[in-house]
Amino acid sequence: MPEVTRVSTLDRIRDAVVRYGFVAVTVVLFAYFALSEPAFATSSSIFTMLKFAAVTAILGLGVTFTMVVGGLDMSVGSTAGLAVQLAAMTMVFYNLTGPTAVVAVIVGGLVVGLLNAFLIVVCRIPDLLATLGMMFVIQGAKLIPVNGQSVSSGMVLRNGSTAPGKFTPDFLKIDRGFVGPVPLPVVIMLVLVLLSWFVLARTTWGRVMYAIGANPEAARLAGVRVGLYHGLAYVISGLFASVGGLILVSRIGQGDVNAGSSSLLEAIAVALVGTSVLGLAKPNAWGTLVGALLVAIVLTGLTMKGAQYYHQDTAKGLVLLVALLFSFTISRRKVRYTPAT
Amino acid sequence: MADDPAAAAPVLELDGITMSFDANEVLKGVTLALTAGRVTALLGANGAGKSTLIKVLAGVYPDHGGQIRVAGSPMVMESPMAAARHGIQTVHQRIDETIVPGLTVAENLVFEEIIRGELPAVRSLRRLLPRARQIADILDLGWSNAVLTKDVFELGIADSQLLLLARALGQHPRVLVLDEPTSTLSAAEVERLFALVHRLRDEGVAILYVTHRLSELHEVADEVVVLRDGRIHNRQVRQAGDAPFDMPAVVRSMLGESVVTASHELTEVRGERVAIELRDVRLLSRCEPIDLDLRYGEVTGIVGLIGAGKSELARGIFGAERFRSGTMRLDGQPYAPRHTSEAVRKGIYLVPEDRAAEAMLPGWSLTWTATLPFLASVSRGSMLSTAREGKVGQAMIDDFGVVATGPSQPLDSLSGGNQQKVVVGRWMHGSPRVLLLDEPFRGVDIGARGDISRKAREQSAAGACVVVLSSDVEEIREVADRIVVLVEGEVRLDEYTTEIDNDAIVTSMSEVA
Repeated sequence: MPEVTRVSTLDRIRDAVVRYGFVAVTVVLFAYFALSEPAFATSSSIFTMLKFAAVTAILGLGVTFTMVVGGLDMSVGSTAGLAVQLAAMTMVFYNLTGPTAVVAVIVGGLVVGLLNAFLIVVCRIPDLLATLGMMFVIQGAKLIPVNGQSVSSGMVLRNGSTAPGKFTPDFLKIDRGFVGPVPLPVVIMLVLVLLSWFVLARTTWGRVMYAIGANPEAARLAGVRVGLYHGLAYVISGLFASVGGLILVSRIGQGDVNAGSSSLLEAIAVALVGTSVLGLAKPNAWGTLVGALLVAIVLTGLTMKGAQYYHQDTAKGLVLLVALLFSFTISRRKVRYTPAT
Repeated sequence: MADDPAAAAPVLELDGITMSFDANEVLKGVTLALTAGRVTALLGANGAGKSTLIKVLAGVYPDHGGQIRVAGSPMVMESPMAAARHGIQTVHQRIDETIVPGLTVAENLVFEEIIRGELPAVRSLRRLLPRARQIADILDLGWSNAVLTKDVFELGIADSQLLLLARALGQHPRVLVLDEPTSTLSAAEVERLFALVHRLRDEGVAILYVTHRLSELHEVADEVVVLRDGRIHNRQVRQAGDAPFDMPAVVRSMLGESVVTASHELTEVRGERVAIELRDVRLLSRCEPIDLDLRYGEVTGIVGLIGAGKSELARGIFGAERFRSGTMRLDGQPYAPRHTSEAVRKGIYLVPEDRAAEAMLPGWSLTWTATLPFLASVSRGSMLSTAREGKVGQAMIDDFGVVATGPSQPLDSLSGGNQQKVVVGRWMHGSPRVLLLDEPFRGVDIGARGDISRKAREQSAAGACVVVLSSDVEEIREVADRIVVLVEGEVRLDEYTTEIDNDAIVTSMSEVA
C-alpha cells in the first residue's frame, strides 16, 4: 500500500541549488564581468583565460585521481616544477631537441608517480604524508644539477663557458601553438578532461578506483587489486603534473626555480571545488574543469577591474569556501558515489 | 507484581509514533506501553522499523510524530541527554557507534558522568577509577585496575557489549532498551545476561528487549510485541504459570500474510570430491595444526564461538589473510593465494563477517555493489556497459526478493536483511566453486535467513562447495549437511548433521582443552 509521499518545495529547491548552483555562480560571474568590462568577453580574452586555466586544470585532474582513491597528491606542484627544470636542462645544458625534452619531462613525472606509489602502497606511508615528503625532496633535489639557479638560454655556466643550447622554437610552440583558432594548451586540457572523465566514469579502472576511495577493505574483499589501482592513481597524477609543467615551462621560456610551487594549492582547490559541482559530492573530471574555469574567470575579472595582486588569493579562497558551502552546508545528502550518467 | 496497580501503570507510553525519512515512512503509528517490572520483547523482521523506534526512544530523532509519555506526562525526547534525564537508557547493537575509542575502559564506563561535567575530563584516574569500578561491579565484571586502565580498543566485542550495558545501568534507568544484546555473546555470557535482566525486572525496571531470536522469548520475556511495516501487530502477555507464547502466531505476524513455511526439512546430501584440502594449518597463534577437507556438493557448517578461528579459516582460504602455517590444495593442486583477486579468479568467494565494514561501500548503489567483483562481465574491453550492469542489479532484486525502489537505490538505505541478500547474492551470480559465508545470518530476519540458506543449498546442489560459518548451532543445522565444530582453532567434531544432535554439538563446543 503506497503511502502518500511528500517532497516539499523547499527540498526541491535545495536539490536544484546543490546540483546547479555552482554552475550558475560561474555563469553569473562571467556575465557580470562581461557586462562591466567590455574587454572581458572578447574571444582573445576568453582564450587567455582558458590558457590560464589549463595548467591548474591539468594538475587538478591528477589530484582528482588521487582523491578518488581516497588520498591526496601533495607533490603535483613540485612535480610540475621538476618538469620545468628537466625541460630547461635538456635543451639549454645538453643542447638536445624539443621532443627529447618532452620525453625527459614525461619520464620525470612517471618516476615521481612511481616513487609515490611505492611509498604509499609498498611502504604503507599515509598518502598525504608520503607525498608531502616527496614534495620537499623534489623541490630541493631538482635544483642540485643547476646549483639552485634558474636556467635560461645563453646563461654563463660555472666553468665560465656559455650554455650551448636554447629553448627550441618547436618546444615553445607547446604554449603558443594553435589548433585552428584554439590555443594548444586548451586543446590538451580538454583532451585530458575527456580522457579522465572517460576513465573515471566509464571504465572498470575508474569504478575500482572509486571503490578503493569508498571502502578499501570492502574493495579488497571483493577481489579488487587495491594496491595496483591505488598506485596507478599516483602514477597518473605524476604524469598529469608533468604535462602541466610542460605547458608552464613552454610559457615562461626558462627554467625558473620557483615555477610550479604556487600550483599545488590551486590544483587541490579546483579538485575540491569540483566535488561540489553538479552535487555529485565526489571528485570528478568535469567538476575539476569547472573549478579551474571559475578560478580563471574570477582572477581575470579582478585583474581587469584593477584589483591588487593580493586580492587574488582572497578570491581563490572565497571560491573554495563557497564550493564547500554547497557540498557540506546546503546539501543534506551524504557523500554519494552513485553515477550521474 | 501484576496485582499491584502502581506497578501496572505504564512507565513509558508511546502513542501513535510516526517517523519518516524523506518519502519513506518507516513508523506509521506505533502505540506501545512499557510497564515497570516487565520485560517486553520487541520482534520484527529487518526493515520493520525496530532500529528507528529505538532511536526515537533514545532521543536521536526528535522530529517524530505522535506522543511519548513518561509516567503519564507528555515528554519531548529532543536529545539523547533528554532521554537519559527521563531515565531511559539504551544499549545499542552497534558497539562501534557508542564506544569511544582512544579512551580507557574506565573512562568509557563513566562517560555519561564526564559529558555531564560531574567528573573531570582530564585524565584523573584517581577520581575516575572508584566510580568506574562501582559501575563495573553492577554486572560483577570483576575487572582489575589493569583492565580498567586499558584502551577500550583492547576489549573484545563481548566485553565491550558488557561495558555498554554496565554504563547504562550505572545511570539507574527506569526504562532499559536492549537492542539485540545477545548477538555477540557466547552461551555462558547469554546466561549471565538473562539472569541480570531478571534481576533488573524484579527491581522494577521496565525493559524493552529487542531480538531476532525466538528461542530467547520463553526465557526472558513477559510480553511479546511484533513490529511489522511500521506498526505493532501482535501482542501477547504472559503471567507466571501461563501457557507459553504462541510462537507460530509471532512468526506469522513478523512475516505478514506472506507464506510461512515450517522450518524446512533438510534433505542431507553428502559430497564426494574434495575441493579444498587443509593440511597442518594453524588458525590461531596458540593452537595445534588441523587437517580439514571441504567437499563439493555439500554444505559444510563450521560452528564455533567468538575467537574459535572461524573467520581466520575463511579468510585464509580466500587469501585475505595467510595461515600461520600449513598448506592448502584446491582440486588436488597446490593453492596458496597471495591476494583475494587470485581466489576470486579461481571461483573462491567470501562473504565477510562484518557487512558494514567489509562489504558495504558508503553511498554505492545496489547495482554497483553487486557488480564490483565481476566488472569484467559487465564491460567490453575495460568499458563498462550501463545496460548490462542494470540487468545484474535487477536480477539481484528479482532472484532474491530484495525490497528496493530499484537497482540504483543506495545499498546503505536498505534494511539489514536486504543489504545482506545483495552482498551474498552478488557472489552467487559468479557461479562459485567454493563459497564461504561468514556469519551470513547475523542481524538478518527469518525471511531473509530462509532465502539465504535456500540459495546456499541451491549452489551446493549445483555442485559448489559451500561453507557456512556461524556461532549459532540452530542456524547451522538449518543449512548444513555436515557440521564441524571449532574450539580455539582446533577441530573438535566433524559429523553429518543427521548423525549428531544439538546436545553433542553444544557439549563439544563447551569443552575447552
